[in-house]
Amino acid sequence: MKRFRLSVPGASAITPRAVYQARRQLLLAGAGAGLALAWPGFARSASAVGPLAAVPRGPFGTDEALTPRQFVTGYNNFYEFGTDKADPAANAHTLRPRPWQVQIDGAVSRPLTVDIEELLQPKNLQERIYRLRCVEGWSMVIPWIGLPLADVLRRVEPLGSAKYVEFTTLHDPEQMPGQKRDVLPWPYVEGLRLDEAMHPLSFLAVGLYGDVLPNQNGAPLRLVVPWKYGFKSVKSIVRIRFAEQQPQTAWNVVAPQEYGFYANVNPQVDHPRWSQARERRLGEGLLASRRPTLPFNGYAEQVASLYAGMDLRRDF
Amino acid sequence: MRRGALQARLWAAGLWTLALTPALVLLARALGNRLGANPIEELTLELGQWALRFLLLTLAATPLRRLTGWTVLLRHRRLLGLTAASYALLHLLVYAVLDQGLLWSQIVGDILKRPFITVGMAAFVLLLPLAATSFDAAIRRLGARRWQALHRLVYVATGLALLHFWWKVKADTAEPTIYLTVFALLLVARFVAPGHRFRRRPPAGRQPA
Repeated sequence: MKRFRLSVPGASAITPRAVYQARRQLLLAGAGAGLALAWPGFARSASAVGPLAAVPRGPFGTDEALTPRQFVTGYNNFYEFGTDKADPAANAHTLRPRPWQVQIDGAVSRPLTVDIEELLQPKNLQERIYRLRCVEGWSMVIPWIGLPLADVLRRVEPLGSAKYVEFTTLHDPEQMPGQKRDVLPWPYVEGLRLDEAMHPLSFLAVGLYGDVLPNQNGAPLRLVVPWKYGFKSVKSIVRIRFAEQQPQTAWNVVAPQEYGFYANVNPQVDHPRWSQARERRLGEGLLASRRPTLPFNGYAEQVASLYAGMDLRRDF
Repeated sequence: MRRGALQARLWAAGLWTLALTPALVLLARALGNRLGANPIEELTLELGQWALRFLLLTLAATPLRRLTGWTVLLRHRRLLGLTAASYALLHLLVYAVLDQGLLWSQIVGDILKRPFITVGMAAFVLLLPLAATSFDAAIRRLGARRWQALHRLVYVATGLALLHFWWKVKADTAEPTIYLTVFALLLVARFVAPGHRFRRRPPAGRQPA
């Protein structure tokens, strides 16, 4: 695996890699406190400035070209801020990601309420470049910053009866105006089986592209499960609950024949409206062709064993 | 030039501009790399929506005349219909060439397996004979009555195109609902317009207090 260097916030991705990497070194050499001035977004969580700018690279990287930052932050499915892909970037300024607490409870021996500032501690964070595959047939490559989900889950000491983990998005129509319309059952809920949640690939993201997570990407804390379709990666999490029963998840409730609970990326199992055999990598322009979709989004080596013996055509 | 003739020319020029502008704007955006993160999806969606809008405008010609006496759309209905068919063709071409890369197995699979693509394709196929008979000689050849009967297919095509759009969107049906409402109103207006024999009489008997 090639060494990956953290990219600078800004137009890095549309700059040739070598150029922006060189520029980043310059910045790092001289920046320090200057970072806070250069990116006003950092000012609200001053403690996060250093950590996010200098987190180490974690495992599971990729050499694939990063999707340009403006597409990662400008093309979002986040119905809490509108159903058009451009709506979240335009409307998510009403969300207040600080202060923020996450309640972790359910079938655990030590329920806990975690403050986002605590999760943002530099010692916790790492950068991971993951592919993201949307069920609609497009994909991105995103440099996330965050922490392994298992690190957080272990702290509450799950009981033996816990089989699933349920994640809940903030429900506040004042901060999330899209929730004033009944497009989905609010709040948005997603879930994983416990072994999926504890898998080393499962990630809680607090940033991307070296910056704190923009509101439209699920600030301040979102799930990233890179071998599943993007809708599993619930955003702006306020509650993580250990459950004995399989959670009722948002899209699965709305259209169970289209959106399964597992939602593993699978080129063999078509969605009724979109063939999943091939995908369009965003940022490659009008003339680029689709590329074949890989089983489990290319993470089969790491996760296929989780589903041994299951019929993934039925449990899609 | 007589005032009437000048007005007619202005109307024609205006409608031609209306027909061409969306295509030119999309072309400029495509050339300027301003179609966003998923340019092919954006192009497909925009072209499809313009096809629908022009179909509805075409269908508005008769009700508009019945309701207001305005004949301008009626006189240019052929231009509007052909514009709709052209946007539908561009929509299909972008899907087949840019999106699917002319991979016929995928395209045929889509048409057979995905109802929203099946009905979209059906809508397009129904527009073809209408576009192909949009010249005077065709009307003479078919005879006005048969020509008109054939061109009533536009209702079926529009209905299918609306269904195609409705099924395409995931959860937010606000926009297709607007089009569907317009379509329904246009249908109603055709049959229940002032001067038409189905006009409602004022209710007999007591007046509300």
